[in-house]
Amino acid sequence: MKRTTSARIDAAGLTIVAWAAFALAPWHWLDFSGAGPNWSTYPLGGAGSGLALALAPALGWSGEWWLLPILAPLALASAASLPGRDARVRAGLLIAAGALGLALTLGQGFAVGLRGWNAQWLAALFGAPGPRQEGMGLGGVTVLACFLFMLCRGLAGRGWCRGDAFVVTSIGTVVALILLFVFYPVGKILVSAVQDNDGVFAPYEFVAKFADRSIWGLDCVGGNLRCGVAWNTLLLGVLVGLGSTALGLAFALIATRSGFRAKGALRILSVLPIITPPFVIGLALILLFGRSGVVSTTLSAWFDIPPTRWIYGLPGVLIAQLLAFTPIAFLVLVGVVQGISPSLEEASQTLRADSWTTFRTITLPLMRPGLANAFLLGFVESLADFGNPLVLGGNFEVLSTKIFFAVVGAATDQGRAAVLSIVLLGFTLAAFWLQQVWLGKKVYTTVGGKGDSGLPTPLPRFVAWACYATALPWAAFTAAVYLLILVGGFVRSLGRDYTPTLNHYLTAFRIDSGASGLRFTGSAWDSFFATVQVAALAAPVTAAIGLLTAWLLTRESFSGKRAFEFGTLLSFAIPGTVVGVSYILAFNVPPFELTGTGLILVICFVFRNMPVGVRSGVATLSQIDKSLDEASLTLGARSFTTVRLVVLPLLRPAIVAALVYSFVRAMTAVSAVIFLVSAQYNMATTYIVGRVEAGEFGLAIAYSSALIVVMLVVILGIEAAVGQRRLGRREATPVAAVAGG
Amino acid sequence: MHVTSKSARLAALSAVASATALLAGSGPAAAQGQLTVYCGVQEEWCRPMVDAFEKQTGIKVSMTRKSSGEIYAQVKAESANPKGDVWWGGTGDPHMQAAEEGLTEEYKSPKLSELNDWAVRQWEQSKGRAVGIYSGALGYGVNTKMLAQKGIPELKCWADLLNPKLKDEVQVADPNSSGTAYTMLATIVQIMGEDKGFDYLKALHKNVNQYTKSGAAPAKAASLGETTVGIAFLHDHVTMIVDGAPVKAVAPCEGTGYEIGSMSIIKGARNLDNAKKWYDWALTPEAQKLGAAAKSFQVPSNKATPVPKESPNLAEIKLINFDFAKYGSSAERKRLLAKWDAEVKNLPK
Repeated sequence: MKRTTSARIDAAGLTIVAWAAFALAPWHWLDFSGAGPNWSTYPLGGAGSGLALALAPALGWSGEWWLLPILAPLALASAASLPGRDARVRAGLLIAAGALGLALTLGQGFAVGLRGWNAQWLAALFGAPGPRQEGMGLGGVTVLACFLFMLCRGLAGRGWCRGDAFVVTSIGTVVALILLFVFYPVGKILVSAVQDNDGVFAPYEFVAKFADRSIWGLDCVGGNLRCGVAWNTLLLGVLVGLGSTALGLAFALIATRSGFRAKGALRILSVLPIITPPFVIGLALILLFGRSGVVSTTLSAWFDIPPTRWIYGLPGVLIAQLLAFTPIAFLVLVGVVQGISPSLEEASQTLRADSWTTFRTITLPLMRPGLANAFLLGFVESLADFGNPLVLGGNFEVLSTKIFFAVVGAATDQGRAAVLSIVLLGFTLAAFWLQQVWLGKKVYTTVGGKGDSGLPTPLPRFVAWACYATALPWAAFTAAVYLLILVGGFVRSLGRDYTPTLNHYLTAFRIDSGASGLRFTGSAWDSFFATVQVAALAAPVTAAIGLLTAWLLTRESFSGKRAFEFGTLLSFAIPGTVVGVSYILAFNVPPFELTGTGLILVICFVFRNMPVGVRSGVATLSQIDKSLDEASLTLGARSFTTVRLVVLPLLRPAIVAALVYSFVRAMTAVSAVIFLVSAQYNMATTYIVGRVEAGEFGLAIAYSSALIVVMLVVILGIEAAVGQRRLGRREATPVAAVAGG
Repeated sequence: MHVTSKSARLAALSAVASATALLAGSGPAAAQGQLTVYCGVQEEWCRPMVDAFEKQTGIKVSMTRKSSGEIYAQVKAESANPKGDVWWGGTGDPHMQAAEEGLTEEYKSPKLSELNDWAVRQWEQSKGRAVGIYSGALGYGVNTKMLAQKGIPELKCWADLLNPKLKDEVQVADPNSSGTAYTMLATIVQIMGEDKGFDYLKALHKNVNQYTKSGAAPAKAASLGETTVGIAFLHDHVTMIVDGAPVKAVAPCEGTGYEIGSMSIIKGARNLDNAKKWYDWALTPEAQKLGAAAKSFQVPSNKATPVPKESPNLAEIKLINFDFAKYGSSAERKRLLAKWDAEVKNLPK
């Protein structure tokens, strides 16, 4: 009975919010630039509310009659909120209101555009050019969200997901957001794959472009010709995936299972590369190993080894990407290695297995989800990376650069970019599928509710040495690269003139104190502040959506889960350039007009980086026994409470990974945002790219070093704020309070 | 089950809050209105241009700096609802392409008569949609240190680059990605004729160590000694030389092509009047003088603008009569690039 009442109150609440938004809030997007919105004609005019605009034509004023039908679903919702209804009827009414409301609101938004009817057949039916309207604003979006929640509530009322409204609403929201911010824009650009440059349907052109020899050619097998970009990309992706997983594992094992002293230093070193803006690693590698690089010239002077250009091409890109992506593997794996229950290993040793057998048959298999996820991320990241192949690729071409230049190069061809993107997407899809096959239906749960106070087994000697032998030289190499980067900001021209100077920093970050207080006159300040603001907004949202999705994926079963999972991964697999252009195509025109705002940058980052939150969440959650959730649910906690009190505390490593990664990526991503930045919201990376293009490596490196310091501070802050997960293992306080309270 | 709506409301609230935060800061503009400029040259040059224009007119300028190709892609993607007003700077090719596709607006500036012929010709060939604001000749930069090490005599002509001693010592961008390299391709074809031109490019291919992605990258590589010869625009080499690099800029003896940095007004510009004000102002000597101050040594288009003394002197360079209408058209470009891909790029060395 209580349940019915609260469901009614819930429906009533949603209905009231929807009515208020429709009747009072400005329906359309308000333009705050320039003179600001015109409030004088409110509730009509540009800042008018939906209800007023809908009713105005009936009274002879100018308005928007196509908003009128939205009253119907609102009335249905009101009917659902009346007291004394049967729960089933109420749910049915809510479903009807939600579905109809979504259809009508979106329908009018897409039908009536900025320049009249958006579709030919509408224009033919009602006469061209037809009515016009701006994009949706506060009113429109709130009403839309209310309809979505009504639909989810209604479905829960009909017993979906055990009638758990929180779960249904979560799934509904994530699906809606992914549809709107991933599928809609990407679909818009992929359509151009089957069109010629004038937008006419041309399937033959698609076949011709797809089968092109420059994509699939195998000439390198027989002779010394080049292979197609597809094979190059695949080879690079697999190598980077394997390499970064192996290195990440070595670091993770050292960090969690060994008595290595300088763990802190190792951790920072392993994290440094992800907080490095693009191009910088590539630049540093050239300055070290290029033909006139420090190492090459030294080798040539001492050992008479002639300097070559080996760094340009596969070796260079591979090294740069391993430097850049090993930390991601490390972040994923460290949570997984921590989560492996020591009791299983202890059991194995009690049964007389030696430490190597234990490692091989217990520890390693339990790390499978982590290894698979780390490989998948490394592979996909390599596929999408664009900065390193650009700087170091030489004549080794990969899909991401090819796509970039298909969009912005001398031979602009959006259709070709779309075709290449489809190839790239295909690879990601295949990797995802293979991962699923490899993991199979095995269970990897090791964090259960039972008291688990084993001591983690030390690594077998052989494995420990292997880890040290892999990780330590790599760490030293990373350190050398970063030393060079640090120095680069303080010398006149790295690689040529090592006179110390502060000029680069002064140009970028000068602060003058004038009559009106401090003035930030350095040329980098604007983009710096905008970047920090956008990144700080994007990170928590990304982590929240990502982990919520991970929880849904591992804990709830619903139809279409595989498709849902793939949808969450999709945005990650699409090259940034394609995402950038697709976002302009989709969000430059009503109903969702977002270009030129900072919001579009935040949204772009959230949906591009969400997959990392999802993957690390899934990896960690698949170790945590479902019985913990179930115990909480049995004790009467709602699913939301369970998430908050049981799942979240156990997810701390994943939260850290998601927050850190999304913050960092928002500060270092370049290819996607290059089209989305505006004068007011310029990003640090586009500024750096401009400096690199102009050949001002010193300034680029100085700015990058400053960003690295900022990100380092933020990461340490996040780690301190979120805290460590306490698993009640023996070295921790002997409280077996896994569920945290 | 009150959780849903509560969390929903919270989410809505925070979304609104962050949206407001992101929109705030754009206060009411000055009475003179505003202008959005897409700037295709370097930041150092864009910034003083904007400052000077704001100071002079009181118009609030929002400027975004991107490479020429990126601006073209953006203008094209935004064409249903243009956000920019003026596209200032960047190599002429994408401007011509935008003009051909009707993405930009026709405008005849009263300052047109003050301009050099090549700038006016750009305006005529684009049917009034783009105008030349600066020009720079194509050439190559030679790292003198590396050249001396290899014992190669001074390089003067395109033909000198075929010297077998220069094997793997020449760097040039890929014309598919770089307008600079496409200018070179078109230049060679115009100087030598198509068949001989492609023979030359095939021979040069043996000496090319890398087709870079970015057009200016070979200039930087030559300055660092990563390559002995880098083919790029001469002003790119000059920037390196002014910075102290051991590089000599060479304008080839057979003649060479050039780029015309251009300016267009975007079709559907929201601030058309202000865009025209910028357009007229950017063609004046005061505005064009700002280039040299920003270490950009292109030749300005207004006859009255003093040519920076570091600039390669166009009068001493044998410039070909570059046919921008023909070689700038998308059909010809596609054909030449496809041919280059098929016949040159994948040749074994």
